[in-house]
Amino acid sequence: MSEQTANKSAASNSAAAKAKQKPIYLDYSATTPIDERVVTEMLKYMGPDSHFGNPASRSHSFGWDAEAAVEEARKQVADLVGANPKEIVFTSGATESDNLAIKGVAHFNQKRGKHIVTCKTEHKAVLDSCRQLEREGYEVTYLDPMPNGLIDLKVFEDALRDDTTLVSIMHVNNEIGVIQDIAAIGRICRDRKIIFHVDAAQSAGKVDINLDVLPVDLMSFSAHKIYGPKGIGALYVQRKPRVRLEAQMHGGGHERGMRSGTLATHQIVGMGEAFRIAKQEMTAENERLLKLRNKLYDGVKDIEEVYVNGDMEHRIAGNLNISFNYVEGESLLMALNNLAISSGSACTSASLEPSYVLRALGRNDELAHSSIRFTIGRYTTEEEIDRAIENIRVAVEKLRNLSPLWDMYKEGIDLNSIEWAAH
Amino acid sequence: MAYGEKVLDHYENPRNVGSFENANNVGTGMVGAPACGDVMKLQIKVNDNGVIEDAVFKTYGCGSAIASSSLLTEWVKGKTLAEARQIKNTQIAEELALPPVKIHCSVLAEDAINAAIADYQKKQTI
Ligand SMILES: Cc1ncc(COP(=O)(O)O)c(C=O)c1O
Repeated sequence: MSEQTANKSAASNSAAAKAKQKPIYLDYSATTPIDERVVTEMLKYMGPDSHFGNPASRSHSFGWDAEAAVEEARKQVADLVGANPKEIVFTSGATESDNLAIKGVAHFNQKRGKHIVTCKTEHKAVLDSCRQLEREGYEVTYLDPMPNGLIDLKVFEDALRDDTTLVSIMHVNNEIGVIQDIAAIGRICRDRKIIFHVDAAQSAGKVDINLDVLPVDLMSFSAHKIYGPKGIGALYVQRKPRVRLEAQMHGGGHERGMRSGTLATHQIVGMGEAFRIAKQEMTAENERLLKLRNKLYDGVKDIEEVYVNGDMEHRIAGNLNISFNYVEGESLLMALNNLAISSGSACTSASLEPSYVLRALGRNDELAHSSIRFTIGRYTTEEEIDRAIENIRVAVEKLRNLSPLWDMYKEGIDLNSIEWAAH
Repeated sequence: MAYGEKVLDHYENPRNVGSFENANNVGTGMVGAPACGDVMKLQIKVNDNGVIEDAVFKTYGCGSAIASSSLLTEWVKGKTLAEARQIKNTQIAEELALPPVKIHCSVLAEDAINAAIADYQKKQTI
């Protein structure tokens, strides 16, 4: 047997072994599976014997049925967040909602001012929309959060100017799970007649949201973070007082002109059902997730040099983001290859970039490079958490035995006192 | 990141992990920086004939960095200093089938052996 075939069969053997042992999914903030109940609803709007019509078709029952389903879903989405269904605009996801809100409001109000305030820990959909506006001549202030990830209201207020037209602050951070005080931020914006957009992709269905009383003008949602399908989301656009924005997608004038394109009936129905279930089960689910999250944390917190990233109080139940000091994140991911998790350290380029979110919290390089995000969800079991704890403990010990930084720490050498050659 | 079989093998079963006591016949090279996400420490023990009779490493870094340094310890053992200096990052990258984004790991390994040799030679001149 040539060496090549030997390698090949070794590779396929281990591939087979991997296929047998499915990793434990602890990456629910990246995406979630679609709830079976949602799948069932969606299927009613797909096949030839289904209500597959175009909701914009006005001349036959295929269209009418599809339209009724879309409107029911719009109500289900609105119900979870205390909005009026007329305030919900369907989009392809939170990325599009963020783009529509930020560019749409900035463009519409450019005669009033060209200054925007956001935060360094926002999702790229917000940050890169702002970057694009900077290229168009807008000015953007990117706030530094406090070390716990929350925004200092005083710092926020000081950043506002007479020409500020838009503030965009996320509700729950996707990496560290911290919950911003959007009610307080919104009140400050209202006082100054500044439009306030909130990215709620990671908070809908996890944190109570009542837009009826919250001083928020625009809010982005995504279905696939709460057991709905990928590729569908919504933007809440307040009606009273009416928030106006410039459409980013032009065409048939769907969604009251704010977002053209044939409505994706089955996706929308799926989103509606996912939001309906979330409203019904959120309280009980949060309780269960919190128990699992605390169990996970309790299982690893006595390991030396372990740091939680982000505030532990103002945090969603399902998120735990920890740095295992002196262990590099990507190698830890490799050692934990039976856990589906994500690392803040993306070692994919020649210059390794640690998580920009952790850097914004002021975490040093070692801690930023050694962070792991565990996100727990609807299908996580206690047994899976037990297995995860055991795996983590073994992996951290193994990698620290390999780590020269760990040796230096143990010898009491201050890593900052060393002149490292940057490469 | 999907890794090749050889990287995985070295990562799962790293060769020659450890440290030597500081001594006159030991050369130590530490390269990289925590800020960049990888630090390699390579130590060689050199006998009277100028041959590397033993080598150990410790690495903080991604799987490719660990594999590169593990492979390096295997390669330098039994080589003279002059031979060890001939080891090029491209050979390491090729042996481990490193993807382009991980080439810097093999560069770091080459730096590490050169630093260890330089450290050893400095000790001999004192
Ligand atoms: C906070 C936040 N905003 C926006 C997005 C993008 O959402 P979508 O995948 O629906 O475009 C995500 C998910 O990646 C997110 O976590």
